Amino acid sequence: MDMMEKLTLLANSAKYDAACTSSGVDRQAAPGSIGNATACGICHSFAGDGRCVSLLKVLMTNSCIYNCQYCVNRRTNDTPRATFAPRELADLTMQFYRRNYIEGLFLSSGVLRNPDYTVERMTETLRILREEYRFSGYIHAKAIPGADPLLLSRMGLLCDRMSVNIELPSQKSLQLLAPDKSKVSIVKPMGFISGRIQENRQEIVRYRHAPAFAPAGQSTQMIIGATPDTDYQIMSLTEALYKKYSLKRVFYSAYMPVSTNPLLPAAGTPPPLLREHRLYQADWLLRFYGFSASELLDPAHPHLNPLVDPKCNWALNHMELFPVEVNTAPKELLLRVPGIGVRSCQRILTARRQGSLDYAGLKRLGVVLKRAQYFILCKGKLKEGLKVTEDAVLRSMVSERCQAAMYAGDQGDLYGRMLAGLPAAPEQLSLFAPPPVTREDVTKCRTGQM
Amino acid sequence: MPDRTDVKKWEDDVVYLYDGSFEGFLTCVFESFYRRELPLQITAGDAPESLLYRTSYIETDLVKAQRVLRSIPRKISSAAEEQVRLGFLTCREGKERLLLDFLRLGYRIGPNVTFMLQNETVHQLDRAVFHLTHEAHLLSGFIRFSIHHGVLVSIIGPKNFVLPLLVEHFTTRLPEENFLIYDEVHRAALIYRPHEFQLVPMDSFTLPEADREEAAYQNLWRRFYDTIAIEGRENPRCRMSLMPKRYWKYMTEFQKPGEGGLRLPGQKPRGALAEPE
Repeated sequence: MDMMEKLTLLANSAKYDAACTSSGVDRQAAPGSIGNATACGICHSFAGDGRCVSLLKVLMTNSCIYNCQYCVNRRTNDTPRATFAPRELADLTMQFYRRNYIEGLFLSSGVLRNPDYTVERMTETLRILREEYRFSGYIHAKAIPGADPLLLSRMGLLCDRMSVNIELPSQKSLQLLAPDKSKVSIVKPMGFISGRIQENRQEIVRYRHAPAFAPAGQSTQMIIGATPDTDYQIMSLTEALYKKYSLKRVFYSAYMPVSTNPLLPAAGTPPPLLREHRLYQADWLLRFYGFSASELLDPAHPHLNPLVDPKCNWALNHMELFPVEVNTAPKELLLRVPGIGVRSCQRILTARRQGSLDYAGLKRLGVVLKRAQYFILCKGKLKEGLKVTEDAVLRSMVSERCQAAMYAGDQGDLYGRMLAGLPAAPEQLSLFAPPPVTREDVTKCRTGQM
Repeated sequence: MPDRTDVKKWEDDVVYLYDGSFEGFLTCVFESFYRRELPLQITAGDAPESLLYRTSYIETDLVKAQRVLRSIPRKISSAAEEQVRLGFLTCREGKERLLLDFLRLGYRIGPNVTFMLQNETVHQLDRAVFHLTHEAHLLSGFIRFSIHHGVLVSIIGPKNFVLPLLVEHFTTRLPEENFLIYDEVHRAALIYRPHEFQLVPMDSFTLPEADREEAAYQNLWRRFYDTIAIEGRENPRCRMSLMPKRYWKYMTEFQKPGEGGLRLPGQKPRGALAEPE
């Protein structure tokens, strides 16, 4: 099999992994070596699906002894198989890297023979890159659940980021779809890696030349929409992962039907892209905005609102806290105002040291006044000429595409409205009642049609 | 230092012409204060003759330029100096006059001027500089080298003059390589051979034809790029906003193999394995 075919097969099997970031570590090439890394990460291209191409994302092999139902590489799937030789892959990485196509390597693998053997082959690739080619660019490697901790430990010293995919958000779903994996087998290596990263922090302080263990931290990914798990379960799990295992990132991957198993959504079901998007928004709220999962969702409201983003949704349900005075409000509260992000919040804090802010000034700082105006005061005043009506507020929060979908066509769907417990034909949007969303709307949003 | 009441007495019916260099611009700043003139425009090109204003050509004077440059960290701050240096590399229309306004404000306010993000002048400069640094960041990823006789060469066409900002990134990334990055808009090149670099003006440069090995890797990369997109999630708008089309013609994944020209982006070829390259 020639290189072109191998690359096609092994990139094709790796593409469903969402994590393709090159961030988290700053490094320069030592004399005689090649490659650096930037903490913010660099995107080298964007694929036709709009996702960033930063790393050469391939599998070591797509042969696998496991039979996970959601996976294209499952044992019983009849697809052509290929395997990279370690040196072959290292050479390809170097050639791509020198041409500035990529920021480094993202290496995952199907399980060949057994987990230990698979990790050994992956480690050999990394060793050739790091030791023989003196490559100091970015490497992200997948830890294979079930591999010996010593082997994982060696791999961790060669790569920048390690990850173990949690795959599905609950033990029940795992049992159903990935009978060879269990929560324990996934969480164990995760715990091991975070333990080693912790230890390594101390080693580095104590011994200047101690080798770094996965300096860019650990990440994970889960598949969204293959199983009936709720957003509340997913966000709670995510929060626990950030807190307990100090993960750097949790990725969500909208499920693309790749199998005809009756347990899974049928082939041709569009991936739940909007749901994935809302989960990422909520994830950002956890990491950068000081929210906790229980503020965004609870068992009574287990799903994120498909029409408005989670931050707006939270603000609409906590109108008693607003409006806030931008010239005096603390950072934590400013961050919770819809239309003010991390960047514009920082700029407000900088700018207001130098003089008080008005609405024109806020616009220059990058605040999205369309949303923020309903939640803030400047020098004690609301924006001039602003009429606060429920309809106007809600309209400013719902994206134009969702609005168009809400108003078009669905008026006749009485059955859906009754099911959702809503009036048959609402005259206008209401702020305090739940927004008039039909079941159909929700399904549409979740499957990405909206 | 001028204060507000002085401004009225300043003449403002003049256009400064200069040679386009950073020192030339600093000399204009010097002359503006020295002659108590607030030029309508400072421009490197030719200004059309007009009855409404007179033109004055400012001869670059290194001593005067040095005096202005030294005064910035002293009287304002080193952050302001950085902002002025970067601002001069941007492609903003009328950047010279904007920088003059920024400096005048800075001399009056002092080090806090860089925090006054709500001020129109500071805001405009901030945006121009963001455009520059963002473009440099994008290009650190979008640049594509092709290798000819062991030398890495690349052509770019950025709006801002980003080459000075790319020096550090690429010299720390490829310390043992020889490379050349040619900016065909600003007609300049960054040339590096191990452990020394040069930024030189260069009128034209064409890429030599790819040899067999080079062509093979370019094909592999095109194939990887086509394969990595998930068909069910196609989103051309998203791609376009993250990677504007003006960069595409310089990127291997959008170039047709062999004769050049652009290929239809992104659409995954049917039966990818069978497609001849």
